[in-house]
Amino acid sequence: MSVEREGVEREVVAGAPGVFRAAVDVRERDAAPGRAALGMFLRNRAAVAGAIMMIVILLVSYALPPFVTADKNDFVGGRHTPPLTEGAPLFGTDYLGRDIGLIVMHGGSTTLEVAGFAAVLIVFVGALVGAIAGYHGGWVDKVLMKFTEFFQILPGLLFALVVVALFGASTLTIVLAIGIIAWPPVARQTRSEFMKQKSLEYVKAARAIGASDTRIILSTILPNALPVLIVQITLAMGTAILFEAGLSFLGLGDADSLSWGYYVGLNRQYFLVNWWGVTLPGLMVFLTVLSLSLIGDGIQDAVNPKLRGR
Amino acid sequence: MRQASKIAKRLAEAALLILAVIVFNFMLVHLAPGDVVDALSSGAFGDASEEVNARLREQLKLDEPVLVQLCAYIGNVLQGDFGYSPVAKAPVMDLILPRVAPTLLLAISSLAFAVVLGVAIGTYAARRPESGFSHSLTVFSLIGFAMPVFWTGLLLLIVFGVWLQWLPISGMVNLRLPRDATLIERALDVGHHLILPTVSLGVIFLASFSRLARASMLEVLQSDYVRTARAKGLPERTVLYKHALRNGLIPIVTILGMEFGVLLSGAILVETVFAWPGLGRLAFTSVLTRDTSVLLAILTLVSVTVILANALTDIVYRLIDPRLRVPEAT
Repeated sequence: MSVEREGVEREVVAGAPGVFRAAVDVRERDAAPGRAALGMFLRNRAAVAGAIMMIVILLVSYALPPFVTADKNDFVGGRHTPPLTEGAPLFGTDYLGRDIGLIVMHGGSTTLEVAGFAAVLIVFVGALVGAIAGYHGGWVDKVLMKFTEFFQILPGLLFALVVVALFGASTLTIVLAIGIIAWPPVARQTRSEFMKQKSLEYVKAARAIGASDTRIILSTILPNALPVLIVQITLAMGTAILFEAGLSFLGLGDADSLSWGYYVGLNRQYFLVNWWGVTLPGLMVFLTVLSLSLIGDGIQDAVNPKLRGR
Repeated sequence: MRQASKIAKRLAEAALLILAVIVFNFMLVHLAPGDVVDALSSGAFGDASEEVNARLREQLKLDEPVLVQLCAYIGNVLQGDFGYSPVAKAPVMDLILPRVAPTLLLAISSLAFAVVLGVAIGTYAARRPESGFSHSLTVFSLIGFAMPVFWTGLLLLIVFGVWLQWLPISGMVNLRLPRDATLIERALDVGHHLILPTVSLGVIFLASFSRLARASMLEVLQSDYVRTARAKGLPERTVLYKHALRNGLIPIVTILGMEFGVLLSGAILVETVFAWPGLGRLAFTSVLTRDTSVLLAILTLVSVTVILANALTDIVYRLIDPRLRVPEAT
């Protein structure tokens, strides 16, 4: 497919006027692409919807709980009370008579934190491996790509399951397990971006003035590869949330904090009489991942309009 | 001849990867706190004495150097021996073998579902690239990615199993089926149970496959040979299904091998939701009983399957696509 080729062409063409503008006003050159990208993002309705969804989810998970005095573990009504019942909690009660809405509100922070830490790990490892492989090429690239392939072959959830079963279900092991299995796609993306960038003139210029490899990777290419990495971070967060949800659905999560996936797993046994117990927490997982994907797609379109609609 | 040596090289690579997976898995167990003896000797009536434990470790050769243990482990695994499960009190292989067929059935039917429907949707969209339907495929694929598979499964279960009561809610066979049921009746029964798990698992790939098929078909439909086929007056049906589709399918075939791991991971969740008696459900019950020997065997087997599936896709691809042969002749 011609995606790669188009990307290179665009970079080369865009480089030429950039030089002249740099001579006129450096600050304008730095600010304009960012502002243009933000403008494009804001004009993308799906992306804005995703961003609003994310803000609401964050508010419900972090800003709301301090104002709610009720204990999520209290039995507030009969068991299996459907949502919208007079005099019962809005979202209904679960198999113990607890308020489902309250538990789901408190479950968000657990899911989001595990996924957040895992995403940082995923992007860090993926970007590191990808940057080194893409920049150096040759045998370094070959070895690192074999290494990446190895981790890509491990069946993700199953591997995480084994790690968590062997080392215990703590937040740390869950984050590590998700980190280990989910970094290869990031490494591949970063690698191809670095391969594309390193043949451009500004990198040659940096090398000509004697900059070290580390310096070129970190302060010359990395800022230019940042848009790609930001998209990868949103994708990694989505993947991490799905993995966390899957693991805790299977019972490998913290039993005290009741993350969304864990709560679906608990309510699963009662789905014959209580459909709302599995629906609401699962819906939250779905909406969170969807909003992250929409945001990621919006950023992708904004920084790389040529790839739109692919 | 070059072709043969390429294939041999690909197989050697696969063999090396398999070895790496086995070593990696062994190290994982070795690094984890506790061993089989700890699991065996702790019980409801207190733990066994240190002396007994030491003798057990000697018997199981756990007191030997790590490298010796590793070699013995590799030898055993290559012979299909994954040891003994102290939890289920049976050889691990005896637990695993009956579970392979149901998982393969589920995996293949889900892939078939996703490929056939995905290609149909993608082709339809590619013929009308500016239609609303074509544009909405992107959002559609994001939705498909964001749905947690266990949640999709539960929702389908509630709607089609509990509310509409069209489809069975668990298992693979109807236990009330008469003993003298014919083979066809039995197959239909399994098929009936297969529908919901297939859809839940297939949906993960449906979105991405249709998006991929659309992109690839868009490109193929603009190519010269399709224009030629149209110009010489072939009916659109022939152009589309006989000429364009063959090349348009290539990207999907390539990623099938790669997606096998994702598929089997998803199978764990789907099988758990639908009580499907496959490897995934065995993995789930092994997590509950902390039966790491079974978990590890499943991980190794599935990884090996993924590696072999990848190698096979590569080789078949080389044999089918003449373009991959040409550069070597020059």
